[in-house]
Amino acid sequence: MMKDFSTTAPPLEVHDLTVAYDRRPVLYGVDLTVPAGSLTGIIGPNGAGKSTLLKAVLGLLPLSAGWVKIFGGTLAQNARRTGYVPQRESVDWDFPVNVMDVVLMGRYGHLPPGRRPGRADREIARACLDQVQMLPLAKRQIGNLSGGQRQRVFLARALAQESDLYFMDEPFAGVDAATEAAIINLLREMKARGKTVVVVHHDLSTARDYFDRLVLLNMRLVAAGPTAEVFTPELLQKTYGGRLTILSDVVQSLGEEP
Amino acid sequence: MRTGWLAAGLVLLAAAPAEAARIGEMVEWDFGAQAARFFSLQDPSVRYALGGSMLLGLCCGLMGAFLVVRKLALMGDALSHAVLPGVALGFLWGMTKNPAAIFAGAVGAGLLGAVVVQWIRATTKHREDAALGFVLSSFFGVGIVLFTMIQNLPGGAKSGLDGFMFGQAAALGPEDVWLLAGVTVLALGAVGLFYKEYVLTSFDEGFARSLGWPVKLYHYSLMLLLAFAIVSALQAVGVVLVSAMLIIPAAAAFLLTDRMGAMLAWSAGFGMLAGAAGAFFSFTGRSLPTGPFMVLAAAALFVLALLFAPRHGIVGRLWRRRSRAARIRRENTLKAIYHVMEDGGFREEVVAVDGVAARRHETAAGAGREIGELQRAGLATEADGRVAFTPEGRQRACEIVRNHRLWELYLTNAAQLAPDHVHEDAEVIEHVLGDETVRRLERRLNFARRDPHGKLIPGLADLAGGPPPTARVAGFGGKGGAP
Repeated sequence: MMKDFSTTAPPLEVHDLTVAYDRRPVLYGVDLTVPAGSLTGIIGPNGAGKSTLLKAVLGLLPLSAGWVKIFGGTLAQNARRTGYVPQRESVDWDFPVNVMDVVLMGRYGHLPPGRRPGRADREIARACLDQVQMLPLAKRQIGNLSGGQRQRVFLARALAQESDLYFMDEPFAGVDAATEAAIINLLREMKARGKTVVVVHHDLSTARDYFDRLVLLNMRLVAAGPTAEVFTPELLQKTYGGRLTILSDVVQSLGEEP
Repeated sequence: MRTGWLAAGLVLLAAAPAEAARIGEMVEWDFGAQAARFFSLQDPSVRYALGGSMLLGLCCGLMGAFLVVRKLALMGDALSHAVLPGVALGFLWGMTKNPAAIFAGAVGAGLLGAVVVQWIRATTKHREDAALGFVLSSFFGVGIVLFTMIQNLPGGAKSGLDGFMFGQAAALGPEDVWLLAGVTVLALGAVGLFYKEYVLTSFDEGFARSLGWPVKLYHYSLMLLLAFAIVSALQAVGVVLVSAMLIIPAAAAFLLTDRMGAMLAWSAGFGMLAGAAGAFFSFTGRSLPTGPFMVLAAAALFVLALLFAPRHGIVGRLWRRRSRAARIRRENTLKAIYHVMEDGGFREEVVAVDGVAARRHETAAGAGREIGELQRAGLATEADGRVAFTPEGRQRACEIVRNHRLWELYLTNAAQLAPDHVHEDAEVIEHVLGDETVRRLERRLNFARRDPHGKLIPGLADLAGGPPPTARVAGFGGKGGAP
């Protein structure tokens, strides 16, 4: 009975989520359900709380109110089914580890305390590195990588987690065009394999092409649903207000679509 | 830091008469005999001093490596100064240098210091640096006041507590060494067992927390081990400089390697070496404080690493720059020889050094030196004022000329630059184009034969080391040229 429930529970369910920094709320009352097998983009203006939402869901920030369910349970119960790609700037790239070391960290969640990754873990890490075309750079210290390469290392680490639900914080920020194309292909492949992927995204102009569901966020949830229903001039206007000049271009191009 | 030094100076002044007497003794000290005693290891006090100092180096090196990669070096400094009042209170508890009481007092004071740092950060708008500075100096000040009070107590002058200020490895007893050994085993065990946990929580805390790990537990256990390391090291290296033993060996190790495991090993090794050196000087110099010598030894290792580290070292970098400059000079000479041969229609297999000199805008002597370099590199031979390629030299010359002309062509074709704008750029690029880039350029340029100035581009057959140019006057770009 319990098992049946957990398999049908959505990968992510958020209810009335409220987060405050220094008692100053940055996210209020967010309700959200992400269905299984979807590729969901979280978009909104700077300071809208996109990354905050991701971090709160992952338990990296304390909640002022509300709750989060991962596959119907707590994050701790489903940590192995949950993968995470942090923002690139969140780590020190001079740290003395090489590319392979970082990808192997994706296996750490599957290992009990005190156990080192073994041969099987190395094989998985190699396969994941190969998937992002980084295998030839496996032995490089991570500081000797370009921005796009660093992002691909983080993606390979997430792949090595072999999770069912992934959270990615701005994976497209500051990467070259080739990496951007490689990442979006990878995301689509993951979706095709039934994974659920939630991505914080900053670029409105590509959001519609990349994601099949969108979450429009500006301190509160403006809208969430299939891209075709949510990516409308009215809702975008409501999300971005008058703050973004690119908005009018996008809205205009929406109007030109048949 | 400056307040710390001032306060330390005051303590030394208070202890001045005792110091003067010891310096008087030192004059008659026989360095050679004392060194022989040290290396024979017969004397138990030598064994304690050496063993204790090396254990403290290992332990501090291990913990320091984590501090350095976490950018928490100042935390080690603050913690090590904050333990001083605890040392004094531990002494006052039984009016003896009981290692257990002093250990407990010092760990308590250190942890209190760490808590105060956290509290200041959480409740004020100050960042960590101000909080660390406050804790470091105020705790140290309290410690100095307590120390001075102890000195003035009956029997306090002979307390031996002044050894805690700058360290006295020669005063290490068996209890101190057992304490150090215990802490070292604990640190080695924790780092060995939870290596992956400590590395990941240091590198990417957010990711570690997303795995559901108790990140705070790992952080505080590391800080506790750090406090243990500091406190057990105090007797040998002293409060003022123990932080140097945390930071300097680890900082030197960081320059030597790009892997955490290797960094831990190097750091522990440097720490042990510096510890041994400190013990040696403390023993042979009798009443000299150990800490400064230990730290100077560590600093010397750091300077060596700074100079000679294979990838990050200054000497290595200079050497690579120099050798790159030399390679570019050789390649330019090869190119000049090629040009002279080309001007002669490749009828001659040897060319005059004078011609090369003119081409390089060099004096004959200068060109002679450059050709001498080619000879040493096995790229050309010179005899009788005339120079000829070796097969390898000829291949290398063809590659350079080819790189140059391909790049010029690429710039004029693809980047739409005028032909008289591309030479300077190609002069630089020709030396750095990799094989793969050359192949891509060729494909992109449809295996073109002539550069923008109408010169022939050496083909694949020339690079593969075909017959010498004289045998194939028409060979460049002729039938035997690029496919």
